Amino acid sequence: MTYFHGTDGAAATATERELPDLSRDEIQRYSRHLILPDVALDGQRRLKAARVLLVGAGGLGSPLGLYLAAAGIGTIGLVDFDVVDLTNLQRQLLHGTKDVGRPKLDSARDRIADVNPHVHVESYETRLTSANALEILEPYDVVIDGTDNFATRYLVNDACVLLGKPNVYGSIFRFEGQASLFADANGPCYRCLFREPPPAGLVPSCAEGGVLGVLPGLVGTIQATEAIKRILGIGETLVGRLLLVDALTMRFRTVNVRRNPACPACGTRALRELIDYDAFCGVAAHPNVDGHGTNGGNGRQEVPEIGPRELARRLSSADESIDLIDVREPHEWHIARIPGARLVPLGNLDQALTTIDAGRDTIVYCRSGARSAKAVRTLKAAGHKRVWNLAGGVLRWSDEVDPTVAKY
Amino acid sequence: MPITIQLPKVLADLAGSRSIEANGSTLGEAVDEVAGRFPALATRLRDDKGDPYEYVVFYLNDEDIRLIGGFGAPITDGDEVTIVPAVAGG
Repeated sequence: MTYFHGTDGAAATATERELPDLSRDEIQRYSRHLILPDVALDGQRRLKAARVLLVGAGGLGSPLGLYLAAAGIGTIGLVDFDVVDLTNLQRQLLHGTKDVGRPKLDSARDRIADVNPHVHVESYETRLTSANALEILEPYDVVIDGTDNFATRYLVNDACVLLGKPNVYGSIFRFEGQASLFADANGPCYRCLFREPPPAGLVPSCAEGGVLGVLPGLVGTIQATEAIKRILGIGETLVGRLLLVDALTMRFRTVNVRRNPACPACGTRALRELIDYDAFCGVAAHPNVDGHGTNGGNGRQEVPEIGPRELARRLSSADESIDLIDVREPHEWHIARIPGARLVPLGNLDQALTTIDAGRDTIVYCRSGARSAKAVRTLKAAGHKRVWNLAGGVLRWSDEVDPTVAKY
Repeated sequence: MPITIQLPKVLADLAGSRSIEANGSTLGEAVDEVAGRFPALATRLRDDKGDPYEYVVFYLNDEDIRLIGGFGAPITDGDEVTIVPAVAGG
């Protein structure tokens, strides 16, 4: 049943004629929007007509999914290939305790259906790649970057520029976040801001460096706000500005981001197709270091590995040739450790080189194996030949050898 | 009178403060002066040739320095520099 076809008697434009009508239930549900003059009935119909793609259903994707659904976005696409882990629940409110072990897309779909059954959810249980990105993004009006690694961020950016889709950007680390609107209204793109990614492993992921649980809530809701403003065509978006959020000092500021005429994506347009983003970001293909992304990958130099069971066998045989070194931070050492190890935080490794006997077998570990891979490279560069990385770090040790060692 | 450099926390931890003062006639000189005072910051602010990284963006009074002369951009007393590193968490 149709309830409204325009409220002021003015002739509807072609676009407005195509906007979907709201049901009686929807009119009641969206009452607080409908009485906002800047949204009103036509705005709400625009939201219902809108197709928004969320790349990532994790920390940023959670507030995005919840608020966009509640706001009445008609179609929400979700791209994710992860399953819900207990460590996600400190911040990823799309998923609940009962969902641990389920695909994130399943729990997200259930949660969104509960928040607003009028929302149509389209899910893509896959890693976004150069091979599928254009096809997945193409049917959407707005793309939202809630990914957790540089390779996918450049991929999302370039696909948005090639397709002419606005890219609502958000990124977080520990206590600080960034947000902007790229590739829209002749504004800059992500490549204009960060022309090259940092070397693989230089910037820790949230899995490695930690993140304040509410921070993705702050930044994700800013992204949702930008997406809604963009769809409604109201206010001033973050085009041309980068919002910096600092939860510790609770300071918000913006800096200006200009379009770079030499940008290969949006400037010269030398970039005519998607590239190999793992290679661009210097990471090995599909390293999946933490099951969370690619930040910790390494593609520069081979890192010899030892599996947890083999290490356990050698330790249990009282193999005194082993020097087992934990390269995590002291606060992590206090959470869990492998018996027999000594602590040399990665940042102190250079100073501790003299304490490491090149004649012994040095085995290094961290939480997941990413930082210790860096340590192996450092030791090899210093001339140590008998060095191994414990594959999967404390996490795999807990899974395969000693479950009393806590995973975190 | 110096300029003020606002650091992201990851760099502030190395300098002991979120906000540090620096002197020089160009931004590059100010960065050199900071790197001398805080050796742990040196390689985090610029590469071994002394140039800024493409993934650590400097803003001078909210403008991207790459558009106003890079580290050669002149600075005057009271200017504010903000350093924005690329982060990817989500």
